[in-house]
Amino acid sequence: MQEEPKDVCVFAEVEDGKVAEVSLELVHKARDLAEPLGGRVGAFLLGDVVLPLADELFAHGCEKVCVAEDPALGRYTTLPYADVLARMIREQSPAIVLFGATPLGRDLAPRIASGLRVGLTADCTDLRIGPHRDLIRRKDYPALLYQIRPAFGGNIIATIVNPETRPQMATVREGVMKMGAPEPGRRGEVVRFDGSVDESLLCVEVLEEHRAPRTVNLKKANVIVAGGAGVGSRENFALIRQLAEVLGGEVGASRAAVDAGLIDKAHQVGQTGTTVRPKLYVACGISGAVQHRAGMQDAGKIVAINTDPHAPIFQVAHYGIVGDLNQVIPALIDTYKQHAR
Amino acid sequence: MGYEIAVCVKQVPDTENLTGEAMKEDGTVNRAALPAIVNPEDLNALEMALALKDEHGGRVTVVSMGPPKAADALRECLFRGADRAVLLTDVRFAASDTLATSYALSCAIRKLGEPDLVLCGRQAIDGDTAQIGPQLAEKLGLPQFTYVEEVRDVGPDGIVVKRGLEGGYEVVRGPLPALLTVTSSANDPRPPSAKRLMRCKKARAACELGEDGRDAAVAGLRERGLLIEHWGVDEIEADEEACGGSGSPTRVKNIDSVRLHSEEHKVVEPTTEGLTGLVEELMNEHIFD
Repeated sequence: MQEEPKDVCVFAEVEDGKVAEVSLELVHKARDLAEPLGGRVGAFLLGDVVLPLADELFAHGCEKVCVAEDPALGRYTTLPYADVLARMIREQSPAIVLFGATPLGRDLAPRIASGLRVGLTADCTDLRIGPHRDLIRRKDYPALLYQIRPAFGGNIIATIVNPETRPQMATVREGVMKMGAPEPGRRGEVVRFDGSVDESLLCVEVLEEHRAPRTVNLKKANVIVAGGAGVGSRENFALIRQLAEVLGGEVGASRAAVDAGLIDKAHQVGQTGTTVRPKLYVACGISGAVQHRAGMQDAGKIVAINTDPHAPIFQVAHYGIVGDLNQVIPALIDTYKQHAR
Repeated sequence: MGYEIAVCVKQVPDTENLTGEAMKEDGTVNRAALPAIVNPEDLNALEMALALKDEHGGRVTVVSMGPPKAADALRECLFRGADRAVLLTDVRFAASDTLATSYALSCAIRKLGEPDLVLCGRQAIDGDTAQIGPQLAEKLGLPQFTYVEEVRDVGPDGIVVKRGLEGGYEVVRGPLPALLTVTSSANDPRPPSAKRLMRCKKARAACELGEDGRDAAVAGLRERGLLIEHWGVDEIEADEEACGGSGSPTRVKNIDSVRLHSEEHKVVEPTTEGLTGLVEELMNEHIFD
């Protein structure tokens, strides 16, 4: 009889020659999930020459890294990766496979899930192991992966489970799970896989690649001053920048501000942007849609500035200022400068 | 040349435009009160298909899996220029997750013949998964291009598209047939044309007609090119077990409504006094260290 799968594996996405941060965050989460299952933490690492990256995965807590190397895997296109990874997953039979919800992860994970005929939940904001009772099948499952995520435009929080199919698959955005400290020198098992693919799968060619280097690091910021549609114009975002500079923080933005062309998407905070946990988050002219709140509600202290006293942002704020940011921000800058002496 | 293009569309509740009426007293969303619309990014997919047809000729068929009222969404597509509409509706499709839905859609698309292109919106605003496109591509055995913002070129050698990635983009080439998922930044969907609206508002699916004289009515609609095809599990030769709840590996264990009431915040007056108090309090908490 086949043993119940127990291992928790992470697809280790390679970005600019390194393991992507989101994948390392997921390794730490995988450790939490593997414990109640009594399984091992593993990773799937695909690329051209990627074996050296296994060390970092071991350092963060992987006990096993499955490696497939081939020149055809040097640059991501769907079909070769889907083919090789599906083969690796079938062979390893993990209980759970996690992917970062990056453009690559969201391109690859559903294709894999379809081929394996398993369930997949995208953009999970929390993952836990717990029991489940299926009333229709009259079956009890002691340890399923709870895949928790907002849905319906962010108006509900759903818990999804995959009782029968394995592996249980989920994608998670960067910054949602916490990164832990690596322990260099930690060792684990390398399992090598054949990375070669049929030529027919090499039919997609990347002609041009344009990657803007990351200039904004919202995840590591202690203080974030964020502007919403209420800022009004690109020029007026200077106010947000000024306050951020004075407070020693980074500039953030709501999706509405980004969609309105007021600021670059790299600054976007929220469910489809970056999830942040600064000590201080100042929301200026941001109404506070659920998807935005999902990305910043764990901030230490939240100050909201809005002309609308009923704006939903006030419901997560610790401090609420009803006023025009065009007056409040300069006043706040002055006040702070006086106290900072 | 002319391309056969299939566009998958979904009728969804308008979750992005919540008005007071859509909220219940306990602060949760009253889903039944939300108006039904065509999923926004599906309109971007349709627009891309129509633009390709404008340039190269061909035919655009829209397919939607849903309850009978999804025919409204299909009519919206006919008003904008789709040539043909197929409604996939069957009580046995109910409770489908993305795997079962993509399976049913793949059977329907196979029945349409082998289109040159299958277009989907990137993501629906109710399920928010962005999984149907890639899963459908896998089941059809097609190369997939997700996050498509632009078709740069299409011809006998294949298709060249621009894909929008986080902080950048890439341009890729691949063979036809292929599946594309289209994002909202790709285009501005054309509105319904008055002429097409006048003509196609009479379009109906068989399930929308009364039982009396249905066969004659269907024949009449078909003759005038106004019949919305209505296919169920049997017409698309799908395996019933792979459809609906039985074909869905995922189960919703729990749903919690997000409540819009929570704890009180401290009101800070936008005066020198008020702001001084705020700054002092934050400094005492060592926020700025």
